[in-house]
Amino acid sequence: MERFITQDNLQRFTAALAEKKNVLAPVASGGTTTFRRLRPGMQLDFSRMAVISPKDATFPRNETLLTVQRYPEESGKRMELQEHLPEGEMVVIGCRPCGTRGKLVFDPVYETLAIKDPYYIRRRDGATFITLACARPETTCFCHSVGSGPADATGSDILLTAVEGGFVAKAVTPKGEELLGDALFEEPGARAEEAERNNTKAREMMGQAHDFSSAAEKLLKRFDDMDFWQTQSDKCISCGACTYMCPTCYCFNITDDEAGLVSRRLRTWDNCMSHTFTLEGSGHNPRSTKAHRLKNRMGHKFSYYPDLHGGQIACCGCGRCIKQCPAGVDIRQVVMAAQEYPDER
Amino acid sequence: MSGEVSQLEELKAAIRGQLDSLDCVIGWEQGYDPLHATPLFIRSEADLERLTISPLAVHNPATYATGFKGEKIGLVVRGCHSRSVIELLNEKLIERDEVVLFGLCCDGVVSQRKIRAALPADPGFVEAVELGNDELHITVAGEQATLKLQEVLADKCLHCAYPDPLVADVLIGEKHAPRQATSPACQDAFEALGNEEKLAFWQDTMSRCIRCYACRNVCPMCVCQDHCIATSRDPLWMSQENTPVENFMFQMIHVSHLTGRCTECGECERACPVDIPLMLLRRYMNKQVREVFGHQAGIGLDKTPPLLTFQVEEARIKERDW
Repeated sequence: MERFITQDNLQRFTAALAEKKNVLAPVASGGTTTFRRLRPGMQLDFSRMAVISPKDATFPRNETLLTVQRYPEESGKRMELQEHLPEGEMVVIGCRPCGTRGKLVFDPVYETLAIKDPYYIRRRDGATFITLACARPETTCFCHSVGSGPADATGSDILLTAVEGGFVAKAVTPKGEELLGDALFEEPGARAEEAERNNTKAREMMGQAHDFSSAAEKLLKRFDDMDFWQTQSDKCISCGACTYMCPTCYCFNITDDEAGLVSRRLRTWDNCMSHTFTLEGSGHNPRSTKAHRLKNRMGHKFSYYPDLHGGQIACCGCGRCIKQCPAGVDIRQVVMAAQEYPDER
Repeated sequence: MSGEVSQLEELKAAIRGQLDSLDCVIGWEQGYDPLHATPLFIRSEADLERLTISPLAVHNPATYATGFKGEKIGLVVRGCHSRSVIELLNEKLIERDEVVLFGLCCDGVVSQRKIRAALPADPGFVEAVELGNDELHITVAGEQATLKLQEVLADKCLHCAYPDPLVADVLIGEKHAPRQATSPACQDAFEALGNEEKLAFWQDTMSRCIRCYACRNVCPMCVCQDHCIATSRDPLWMSQENTPVENFMFQMIHVSHLTGRCTECGECERACPVDIPLMLLRRYMNKQVREVFGHQAGIGLDKTPPLLTFQVEEARIKERDW
């Protein structure tokens, strides 16, 4: 099912949606564009890819998992524990195909036969993704090299493609189809073909994809080569910009905020480039230097994860980690350096 | 720009002459696209060939200095970077004989934020960049744009009093006539706001912060790094909750710990992936330090920051003389 909506009507449609549901949308403020909870008066900014990914919708930067209420011993009351499962629905609009696909990397980890993460699953099931196809690749884009493309609808409920005067909206799921029933959407007519042409053009502009298929094996070959990782990680400053921008990074931390007899168990994004990541209770950290940590970050995305999950690369090629890295570490270059490393020396 | 070419050759020759005796020399090379540079760690002739010193080369090499303790390295430094080096030396965080300084008399570096605002399309779509006649000729999304370099220079450069390295073993380029530091208009405008407006500004701005600690880790003076109280678990000093209040609390800790130590290299603000104007806090704090202690970080060797001293009777606070 395909429909057409004008630019103004899309803003109207989104504003109306935001009255009933939580809507997460790219909004410009302070010279930058980030996903924000849409409030009345906020304008959608589709002119650039938001710096932070839409991951917040399904995996928020922090959430309270549970609260604990204790009572003084003399009261004889037992402590009370309350879990805080997410409620309500969320609509993400204006995310790009790469950002939307991020959650596909989460699924095999947080929903297995043995282990299910109820917080993640509830959020994911309550989320609707209205994705905007990309009209033109950025210098840091490489979705086509990790099995996707600028108009990939996987994981989306609706795919929007910009055409003259507005957007062609294509329903991908029944949930998407229902939304397209709104009266603001019109018959697309010849615009459907225009959208098709625009999507083909965007894919052509990306050029030749890089073949990462040897990365899994080649990264393992460099596993004990700490000189290699030392050089690759030289300029890394060990901050969390790459992981926190990343649509596929799913590691988290748990801390307890205690205030007297009440405490809250918080889950926050974790960052594998940080010193505290895999820091053991004994004080020992098996990944003691940033070289070890970068090795893990690259290995996890391009080798260990694909090994466990049917060859799927745990990277969606959005390029945020490259663009937002304060030191310009380029994930493509690091993996390619491992791929191109001569086997016999 | 021909001056820049000959300066680059001069710098390369100077580095080449010392490369054998150094573990590495830190400079810059072109990054992932023609508009961005990235730090370069020079260990060989081939690495050296990639060196660039264009106004796009913005990173502060002094950030990496403490990571090479016990080794001997070279740093290519602009004026502001040399101030960071001086401060590191003054705080005995690096040793003078472990670092060779290749100084560049600097005409300023760009602000990628200003470039982004001035371009007709997102800089992510950049195709080509040419530098010449104090202009940047940028092809972006099929369109041509010419930006005056002066209009996209970082604020720190427009108001810089120390464009030439204050300490260097090799000095490349011509020294500038003495200048006075000035205050950027954005700083004056911010300070003129009432407290409630300031609070509203930070509450909105800090809602973007994701606590990635890029500002902390890129800071040449933030040397606690792995032992930072913002991320310590035992004790858990700071809530890990990512709210404007907690985010601002971290920034206040960050700026307080830099009191009298911040050299205004601007790296915190540059590194911030969500464009939080952190220099507003730094400049304000530095102004207080100048007024109270008459101190400015990184402008003279052997000057200890006022809050790093301990004396039973403070020299400038005349407790006994009232």
